[in-house]
Amino acid sequence: MKIGVFVCHCGSNIAGTVDVAGVAQAAKNFPEVAFATDLLYSCSEPGQEAIVQAVQEHDLDGVVVAACTPRMHEPTFRRAVERAGLNRYMFEMANIREHCSWVGKDKDANTRKASDLVLQAVEKLRFDRPLQAKSFDINKRVLVVGGGVAGIQAALDCADGGLEVVLLEKTSTIGGKMAKLDKTFPTVDCSSCILGPKMVDVSMHPNITLYAYAELESVEGYVGNFEVSVKKKATYVDWDKCTGCGLCMEKCPSKKAYDAFNEGIAPTRAINIPFPQAIPKRAVIDPTYCRQFIKGKCGVCAKVCPTEAIDYEMQDSFVQEKVGAVITATGYDLFDYRKYGEYGGGRYPDVITSMQYERLLNASGPTGGHIQRPSDGREPKKVVFIQCVGSRDKSVDRPYCSGFCCMYTAKQTILTKDHIPDSQSYVFYMDIRAPGKMYDEFTRRAMEEYGAQYIRGRVSQVYPYKDSLIVRGVDTLLGSQVEIEADLVVLAVGAEASRGASELAEKLRISYDAYGFYMESHPKLRPVETNTAGVYLAGACQGSKDIPASVGQGSAAAAKVLALFSKDQLESDPQVALVSQARCVGCGKCVQTCPFGAIQLAEDRAGNPKAEVIETVCQGCGLCTVTCPQSAIQLQHFTDNQILAEVNALCQQAMEESFES
Amino acid sequence: MSPELSYAYYPGCSGLSTSKDYEISTRAVCRALGIKLQEIPDWSCCGSTPAHTVDHVFSAALSARNLSLAEQMGSDTVITPCPSCLTNLKVAAHRMEQEPAFQQEVNRHLQEPCVNTVQVKSVLQALIQDLGPEAIAKQVEKPLSGLKIAPYYGCIMNRPPEVMDFDDPENPVAMDEILRGLGAEVLPYPLKVECCGASYGVARKDVVMQLSGKLLDLADSLGADAIATACPLCQMNLDLRQDQINAALKRSFRLPVFYYTQLMGLAFGLEEKDLLLNKLNVPAGPALAKMQQAAEAAAEQDAQTKEQ
Ligand SMILES: Cc1cc2nc3c(=O)[nH]c(=O)nc-3n(C[C@H](O)[C@H](O)[C@H](O)COP(=O)(O)OP(=O)(O)OC[C@H]3O[C@@H](n4cnc5c(N)ncnc54)[C@H](O)[C@@H]3O)c2cc1C
Ligand code: SF4
Ligand code: SF4
Repeated sequence: MKIGVFVCHCGSNIAGTVDVAGVAQAAKNFPEVAFATDLLYSCSEPGQEAIVQAVQEHDLDGVVVAACTPRMHEPTFRRAVERAGLNRYMFEMANIREHCSWVGKDKDANTRKASDLVLQAVEKLRFDRPLQAKSFDINKRVLVVGGGVAGIQAALDCADGGLEVVLLEKTSTIGGKMAKLDKTFPTVDCSSCILGPKMVDVSMHPNITLYAYAELESVEGYVGNFEVSVKKKATYVDWDKCTGCGLCMEKCPSKKAYDAFNEGIAPTRAINIPFPQAIPKRAVIDPTYCRQFIKGKCGVCAKVCPTEAIDYEMQDSFVQEKVGAVITATGYDLFDYRKYGEYGGGRYPDVITSMQYERLLNASGPTGGHIQRPSDGREPKKVVFIQCVGSRDKSVDRPYCSGFCCMYTAKQTILTKDHIPDSQSYVFYMDIRAPGKMYDEFTRRAMEEYGAQYIRGRVSQVYPYKDSLIVRGVDTLLGSQVEIEADLVVLAVGAEASRGASELAEKLRISYDAYGFYMESHPKLRPVETNTAGVYLAGACQGSKDIPASVGQGSAAAAKVLALFSKDQLESDPQVALVSQARCVGCGKCVQTCPFGAIQLAEDRAGNPKAEVIETVCQGCGLCTVTCPQSAIQLQHFTDNQILAEVNALCQQAMEESFES
Repeated sequence: MSPELSYAYYPGCSGLSTSKDYEISTRAVCRALGIKLQEIPDWSCCGSTPAHTVDHVFSAALSARNLSLAEQMGSDTVITPCPSCLTNLKVAAHRMEQEPAFQQEVNRHLQEPCVNTVQVKSVLQALIQDLGPEAIAKQVEKPLSGLKIAPYYGCIMNRPPEVMDFDDPENPVAMDEILRGLGAEVLPYPLKVECCGASYGVARKDVVMQLSGKLLDLADSLGADAIATACPLCQMNLDLRQDQINAALKRSFRLPVFYYTQLMGLAFGLEEKDLLLNKLNVPAGPALAKMQQAAEAAAEQDAQTKEQ
């Protein structure tokens, strides 16, 4: 075997604390190394070309690159060796940056360690064998989870691109938070006027199957061939019959049900269609308030429904869907405004959340778009907005900026002035974060044209006094205390990961951060991919973001899926388990161990039981290889012999020395 | 009754003078509830505000001495009525726990080193958590029905939360629960933990006039008959200085300011010698008379409905 070794400088990243030329020199004496050199940037075009040329000139059989982490550039170099005519698995990487040059300052020690790591890679490469990827068919359907604006955009783009789309929404209508908003910054255009048509498009599109009031039960399979089970929660109304006429809602005697769509500012009926433009426009019974469920009698809706759609006996049901890719667009939830006792959210009726305020402003909201105080229905004249409620505050474990609260608060001050011309808005803020296009101009307009008074500082306390709320805080620019007698206090609550985000992530086998937001594969270069092949992200589930950014990501995720599906077949990863028929005794231990159900027992020609790996299901975790008492099952590219060669390379010398002394 | 509760007891200096009524009523109420208070022998001043503004080690040593004495009594918990003493004892114990070097330094000043094993609680915390509101309500003989009370905790009883570790730091409810158990009407008083001005009364009286004035104003606007407090300094600012506040703000508040233990004693039917209501500057009489009248009217109505 003829091995080539390439030691990378990575500019000064590695060369700064490692003698790279020295490592290359040392490598020349390693077994079967026919060529060794150092390269300034091995991942650059000239770097890759040098590798290709060396392979051809020196007739190399395998290549070791000593550089950065394989997470970043293993695919790059595998492609390079392939261009040179080698099998892509006749390649090893030694990580002498993250594991060496970046962690130690002692150049001599680093150089020795880097040489050891290169030796380790060379020894492994001596046992490497060419592996061939197999091809398999792709199921060109896509599942979109979450029907907010991000999910809607992703679904429409995929559907327009000719893909069959399954759209899953937890609540009884799509639209997400945007459907609740009154107007949107920075143009102050009506939210439902721009979202409504898109929602209708979803319901009309021949390529989209919508499951509302449904959740993802389980996911199996892998990129190209996922099998998902969808749980359709019982609505107690047969949606095939329901026409959305709303008669049931009118007649239902249970009038104190919690109205999630209106953020609880007014009650609704036990049977409910959240808003007139809902998609689908279908009724759902909330059994926690329905008299038929609580008391066992009522049945009013069943009597009045002209299509006999009501079904109190309905149970949850399940449907199976096969898809090739998944886009996760589950959005965010709002910080619990009761957590700051000093603001009195939840205790004083006239301290409300920003989302509740959107519903008060909205013409289709419970007050018909008239701003009224929840306590007495009076029109407020002085409105105080408090920003960063549950953002940028370590004490409530929310150190991050939610990004959109500065902007929507400015919008709400403008709308307040539009609704009540003789009103005055006050905004307590920490900093104004308005980096988008036309955003800073927008916040300026709120101050300059609409006269909103911005006070830089935090509020220490809100308390009711006679008919008003006293808001006490500090103006850090003036260095003085301020006290405002307000009629209404609006808390600009920040974004949190949506409830149930972590459970969903575990089903999809994607990772999430400490706050429950989903992790992209690379924060800069792979913003809508996850580390699980075939699963993509869009919108606020990946981190708080506004509508333009959410829509952008929705389209980006759709483009990724369309690119994935532009081929008819995908290549499977050959780094999977393989059974040696000669060694296998058919004990079945591996079958029990495999967490993915990738191993089954079959019979050989003589009728003896033998384990068999389903290559497309195997994830290459290697659990079976340590379970097998016969060492009959081996993970390709990580066989016992290959791993032991690495161990020996690092330990043999040390062991011999310790025996000598 | 539950197994007998017994504590090492730290009365604090003000309990012997300005807040004697708090001290006496605390002891009387505990006696009535079967709680044993063992006064720490030879206890000394906690240093109050002046000590820790000058020297943290010295201030902690004053508290540590008392904690050490409690350890020598074999007690595991010290309770004190005064939030200021409570803060000093708790801050000393907290910091000694966090920083062993600090504890060593503190102990250099002490004859008997403080091992820092005793827990420190307010009497209020012991009453609500160890005894429980039901046991207190059971002791009531003369319910305070009809008495509208604004519960005022003062700013240091519950804060900073990481040291005091008791009740909600922004909206405490322990005293509310007790008062409700006594039959009183507890008003939703939003300035429960607001500062009264504390010892600014000496240096900048105008500050206390403003801050305590605001507290009285809010209680008055809510229709309170009285204020209940758990702190000697708050009580002094609100009660003893009420006339000064009236003069400064051109108002005419007449709100009696009780220690919550006095109200407990009243409801338990204890005698004046255990309550020292006569020590209040704003007399309690009118408020109590109003309560009496309300009770009589209610009783009469009750009798009438029975007759019919
Ligand atoms: C008060 C307020 C005002 C705002 N105003 C503006 C504005 O004027 N302009 C602007 O650009 N942005 C504004 N925003 C931000 C805007 O709401 C978000 O940018 C946008 O809603 C993000 O869209 P999304 O689809 O990612 O998430 P969401 O709108 O949260 O939608 C997520 C959807 O997924 C569903 N879902 C969640 N979990 C699951 C699950 N497990 N299974 C199935 N479905 C699930 C949810 O029910 C929901 O329908 C405002 C935000 C607030 C709080
Ligand atoms: S009455 Fe029947 S058809 Fe009309 S909305 Fe209700 S369930 Fe649907
Ligand atoms: S059965 Fe339930 S949902 Fe139907 S009308 Fe009665 S309370 Fe309303």
